[in-house]
Amino acid sequence: MRSDLEMIDEWIQPNIRVLDLACGPGELLHHLIKNKQVNGYGLEIGPDDLNTCIKKGIPVLEQNIDEGLQNFDDQSFDLVLMTHALQQFRRPDLLIDEMLRIGKECIITFPNFGHWRSRLHLALKGRMPVSDFLPYNWYDTPNIHFFTFQDFERLCREKNIKILRWAAVDGQLKDHWWIRSMPNLFSETAIFHISR
Amino acid sequence: MPDVIPADSVGIVTPQIAQFDTPLALSCGQTLSSYQLVYETYGTLNKSASNAVLICHALSGDHHAAGYHTLSDTKPGWWDTAIGPGKAIDTNKFFVIALNNLGGCCGSTGPTSINPETGQRWEASFPIVTVEDWVESQARLADVLGIQTFAAIVGGSLGGMQVLEWSIRFPTRLKSAVIVASAPKLSTQNIAFNEVARQSIRRDPDFFDGNYIENNSVPTNGLGLARMLGHITYLSDDAMGAKFGRQMRHDRYQYNYGIEFEVESYLRYQGEAFTKRFDANTYMLMTKALDYFDPASQTGGDLSAVLSRAQCEFLLVSFTTDWRFAPERSEEIVNALVKAGKLVSYAKIEATEGHDAFLFPIPRYMAVLSTFLTRIASNVTTETK
Repeated sequence: MRSDLEMIDEWIQPNIRVLDLACGPGELLHHLIKNKQVNGYGLEIGPDDLNTCIKKGIPVLEQNIDEGLQNFDDQSFDLVLMTHALQQFRRPDLLIDEMLRIGKECIITFPNFGHWRSRLHLALKGRMPVSDFLPYNWYDTPNIHFFTFQDFERLCREKNIKILRWAAVDGQLKDHWWIRSMPNLFSETAIFHISR
Repeated sequence: MPDVIPADSVGIVTPQIAQFDTPLALSCGQTLSSYQLVYETYGTLNKSASNAVLICHALSGDHHAAGYHTLSDTKPGWWDTAIGPGKAIDTNKFFVIALNNLGGCCGSTGPTSINPETGQRWEASFPIVTVEDWVESQARLADVLGIQTFAAIVGGSLGGMQVLEWSIRFPTRLKSAVIVASAPKLSTQNIAFNEVARQSIRRDPDFFDGNYIENNSVPTNGLGLARMLGHITYLSDDAMGAKFGRQMRHDRYQYNYGIEFEVESYLRYQGEAFTKRFDANTYMLMTKALDYFDPASQTGGDLSAVLSRAQCEFLLVSFTTDWRFAPERSEEIVNALVKAGKLVSYAKIEATEGHDAFLFPIPRYMAVLSTFLTRIASNVTTETK
């Protein structure tokens, strides 16, 4: 399992209802279903990822998140998850509202564009950063919104969203004291646990 | 005729008949004192009888789902694309049962059968049967075949409704439910289409209030018309457009009511061909079974409440251009299952064929079905060991 997923795992209680938005091949859900006995569902639109989930016996629903989540009732899940996908949707702000409507709590992870290497890349080369973690060109990237650790914090503040806890990790998904002290500069992946 | 039986075919199959003498109380209040069901099986039942798959047919389907009856058959069974060795419903792993439902016209007791109490054909007097009645009779067939629990029950369209009913009525008798291009109940528009189909049959002077065999007659016009209408609703606008466009029979308009456009010829042919293989009373019964199905009515319209009884896991599949049983209808079932906390997966398959897509071997559709059933088969194997 990816280690950002491992970190999230520690935050998740057993036997809860979980909705994983853009669950991909379902690594985290598979782990949570097997080890924490959660009642979990993933949403996905990639045919290969869907099939991988079906193969593993992970409940997965083909649903385009950009077309809305109205089919899920208010507070019908204990936890709504989204790992490394928020930057791919049309309106992340509205999506967060929806996630907090459906779930009592949410965990969101995203690539921090404020990382010093991104800043340096843009400052020195004058071109949009392409990294191992975000290996796309500006024109073909599925990541249509770039935002930073601070941007996300600020959005939460504006929306009166509670940040229950957060973590910031590097490319190896380790946390260090220097990342923790300056997450906007040093974290490559930001992890937020939020609620209303 | 196939020159050689393809390697992935179940080959030559022989229908079998099961006779039931325990009366069956029907939803309509009447009782069938005895009846028979015709069925076919493909593959081998394992020792623990845990690898059985039941196929539920749709409006005009029957028990001949795969393989050939004779070497001179022009076509294999109606779902041969999905059932066979190595296919999505793999007969190397599963023991597959397909039957003709009660009220049918292909060998199971129905309007064309003899009513033992009168010695005459049932015809119009055959009671209206429902999805619930079918499922009850299918369970009795399973009893006869020594199957307590199905590994999977699979059906498309009206067949999917039977699968849904199974999951509610006999929750412990199936491990998994595969519901394709179906709905938890018909929409108003669907009922309306069915009513037009029925009226076209009933208003045919050759219908004789349903007793047409007795009157040496066949309501071919009405049944053909019903089928033409149905056929339009099974195809998508795009699929029809791609197939026929505005192709014409002649170089120029004839300004009469003969066939101008090829699509007219196609529909007439489809209508006529159908009357040669199908019984009008059965067609009407099947449309009524569709109309009446509404399991959520048991729980005040709350689908998720009635589905909370289910214990199996579910796979739902819909097709993008299906407007007779649109993806949104499958999603109603999916949402209710999620609400009830049931194990469910759902795939919305890109397809041009409309409702008919469920009968086509669309690669992604077959892959999803096969992936799901492969896991079910391996669960069965593990449990058996």
